[in-house]
Amino acid sequence: MTAIPTAIPTATSTLPRARRLSATPGQIALALAIAAFLLLFLGLPVGTVLYVAFTEKGTSNFTLVNFYDFVRTELFMRSLWNSFYVSAMSVVWASVFALPLAYLTTRFVFRGAMLVQTLGFLPLIMPPFVGAVAMQLFFGRNGSINLLLDDWFGFKIGFMEGLNGVIFVQSVHYFPFILINLSAALRNIDRAMEEAAQNLGSSGFRLFRRIVFPLALPGYLAGASLVFVKVFDDLATPLLLNVKDMLAPQAYLRVTSIGIADPMGYVISVVLIVASVIAMWLSALALKGRDYATTQRGGGGLARRVMTPWEAVLGYGVVILILGLVLAPHLGLLLLSFATIWSFSPLPDAFTTAHYARVFGESSVYITNTLIYATLAGGIDIVLGVAIAYLVLRTKLIGREWLDWAASAALAIPGVVLGIGYLRTFYGVTLPDGTPLASLWITIVLALAIRRLPYALRACYAALQQISVSLEEAAENLGATKARTVRRVVVPLMAGGILAGFVTSFSTAAVELSATLMLVQSNSDAPLAFGLYVFMQSAAGRGPGAALGVVAVLLVALCTFISHLIIERSQKAKGMGH
Amino acid sequence: MNAIAPLTTPAVSVDIEGVNLSYGDNHVLKTVDLSIRPGEFFAFLGPSGCGKTTLLRLIAGFNQADTGRVLIGGKDISGLPPWKRDVGMVFQSYALWPHMSVARNVAFGLEERGVGRAEVDRRVAVALDLVGLGHLAGRRPSQLSGGQQQRVAVARTVAVEPKVLLLDEPLSNLDAKMRVQVRRELRDLQQRLGLTTIFVTHDQEEANTICDRIAVMNDGVVQQVGTPMELYERPANLFVASFLGTANILDGTVVGTGGERHFAIKGGIKLPISADITIPDGAKLVFRPQHAALTGPAASAGDGLALPCVVAHREFLGASVRYGVRVGETEVAVDTPFQSGRDLHEIGADATVTLSPHALIWLAD
Repeated sequence: MTAIPTAIPTATSTLPRARRLSATPGQIALALAIAAFLLLFLGLPVGTVLYVAFTEKGTSNFTLVNFYDFVRTELFMRSLWNSFYVSAMSVVWASVFALPLAYLTTRFVFRGAMLVQTLGFLPLIMPPFVGAVAMQLFFGRNGSINLLLDDWFGFKIGFMEGLNGVIFVQSVHYFPFILINLSAALRNIDRAMEEAAQNLGSSGFRLFRRIVFPLALPGYLAGASLVFVKVFDDLATPLLLNVKDMLAPQAYLRVTSIGIADPMGYVISVVLIVASVIAMWLSALALKGRDYATTQRGGGGLARRVMTPWEAVLGYGVVILILGLVLAPHLGLLLLSFATIWSFSPLPDAFTTAHYARVFGESSVYITNTLIYATLAGGIDIVLGVAIAYLVLRTKLIGREWLDWAASAALAIPGVVLGIGYLRTFYGVTLPDGTPLASLWITIVLALAIRRLPYALRACYAALQQISVSLEEAAENLGATKARTVRRVVVPLMAGGILAGFVTSFSTAAVELSATLMLVQSNSDAPLAFGLYVFMQSAAGRGPGAALGVVAVLLVALCTFISHLIIERSQKAKGMGH
Repeated sequence: MNAIAPLTTPAVSVDIEGVNLSYGDNHVLKTVDLSIRPGEFFAFLGPSGCGKTTLLRLIAGFNQADTGRVLIGGKDISGLPPWKRDVGMVFQSYALWPHMSVARNVAFGLEERGVGRAEVDRRVAVALDLVGLGHLAGRRPSQLSGGQQQRVAVARTVAVEPKVLLLDEPLSNLDAKMRVQVRRELRDLQQRLGLTTIFVTHDQEEANTICDRIAVMNDGVVQQVGTPMELYERPANLFVASFLGTANILDGTVVGTGGERHFAIKGGIKLPISADITIPDGAKLVFRPQHAALTGPAASAGDGLALPCVVAHREFLGASVRYGVRVGETEVAVDTPFQSGRDLHEIGADATVTLSPHALIWLAD
């Protein structure tokens, strides 16, 4: 008899804890919905690509004959080598641009260090293929530089010839990835690391080689692998520079010119995925166990040295040269957007605002579409990002990490592969009136959302990680349910991170082309990047194209700036600022 | 057998002469003069922001003095860069390089000095054995506990046989139990090596337990230099008295002269002062809690002093009972040994603090 009264309170008191360990029905439903979304719009298209690549055309028998064909075709092997060569050389040149900027601005008392770091980001807010056109005007065979060289010295340099052009454009465009990561790594080295070495008798270049460089290496590798993958996957830049013998352009050309039934486009897609995965795996391997962020308690990073006058002349000279180079596409674009005719001369013949009139007139549909698509994609991303971050960090749901992995797996899927997958998967799916699902603009939004989800997810993750669980427990303790706690405490506290995630998704989706190039079915559904691509292909379209490019750059820059302001203000209001 | 060799060269002195250092308007070190004897274990003790770490970094060469100089073994090293000073520093954060194994960390300084491979290996082994970590040579710093990391940092520094060893709060990242153990190890190590050592700490217990002499610093000024016992028994000013141990301070004024002279404590109590004591201007009366006794009301103190008081707090500390009693407007602490069966003073009761004359210290700010 006495056992029963003691047993009952025990049972009731363990009940809430048992519920905490598993998940509520709402959480399970949410997880299932996210899983279904990811399966449908990421798993299924990629699976389709793999399936087609590994099956005999017309039948569904497993075969490797498609890959045999790939290896046997000289064009494909050359494309594979070219893609590899261009990516590797882009990393080399991007490093040449990034290393001096990172080193000078973090290790020396450098006036305008902030300006250099900010300007260094600028190339990222313009699609690389847009820069390609502007670079042609400055560095092409008959561009400003070569015309001047020819005039003065009687020779020309083939900056933009063939693969060199792609390497040049890509390294100028993507070097900020190395700059950002390397600068952060250099800044995160605790000053005591360097002082300990000095104390033991080390100085100068030996100190750099033995201590500073190894400690910054992980940051450099992270940036370098990102550049490699981005260049390997890029589609529009080689196409615009008329370089067709690279892998991504080949995949695109096979599918668009021969048709979606041709297996070679899918085989190339698989090769692209494998290359991406290997590059990421190698960089993860190299970074494993090397989290060298050594600053403690907010203590300052490496000591900054004052430059001697000669060092200063050399340092500023190098920085100005590099900045001039990387800002050349933007300057060129701006000039081009106001130019009447710009051909065979160092500068345009005359200036006009007609291109802008055209862009805001008949071509304003591109801008409207982009705003709609990028907003929707960013919205989907932060909803999914917050939900996944919450499920992973705050519940004990079984298999919740799989959601995170699946969403992050999109990183390894090149845009062109996703585009091909969507086309193949959703072309067969028709609406009641007979239009294929793949031809609806919503497909573009979904592809953009999937492509940018990993970035938004990281931002939401970081934001949620910074919120102490006790803040939520306090709300629950005062009577709020889980759902109301999320709405009234978690989301408001995450607001800054969510906004950062949205802006990242929005601004990169606004200039994305790889995935959407294949999915745009009519001009009226086309986003800005597609319009740019179409304009830039004809000589007559370059003026309006450049004007559109300037609008795109301003749009992204404005959004980034506004969100920066909002985040800063909200952090200050919450007392989280420094 | 890897005998721990004492220094091959004799220990050196460290002299700091007239050092001033400012960061902009912030005068961090104000005319600091110190002489540290060869082989001494010396502490810079003071609250955070007192300039003790700045002074240590000045000796290592990471800070530059505005005026004054630093001599090691009689030689002025003020103009030398850190890597030519040959003073070993153990950093507060240990600053172990995460990309190198424990052995490579320890070997670093020897390699920088161009020591041959075989000799490097031998001296790394000796240094790691010295701190009892020979078996962990292949590990990465991140795989070690805090205490082990601290020992590696010490091994890395002593491996190069520096002229002087500088320790920047080496115990602050350890838990309380490790701290007691490691400070003994540090003391043993210093004794065996006979190395002139400077230890920076804000913890008076650490300084008292392992150092030969201490320089107490506050606000960029050296307040007093002496052995731990000298500082405790004969503090030079109120800051030193209250920073080392608990001090009761009674504010008041000296009234009258000669045999009539007495100390009027704020709150209306008067104490006679014997004629043979000289009292500096503006001085306050200082005594330690354990140098006073607490008796019932209206008790006589014999040839000592009796201060009527009211019991306000009582804390049982095990070996003793600490009373907080109000003397006039001031609350003072009195420690009485705990003996079971003896009656304790109740809170709110009247009592008397009795003091023997030589327990009294007269100190100005």
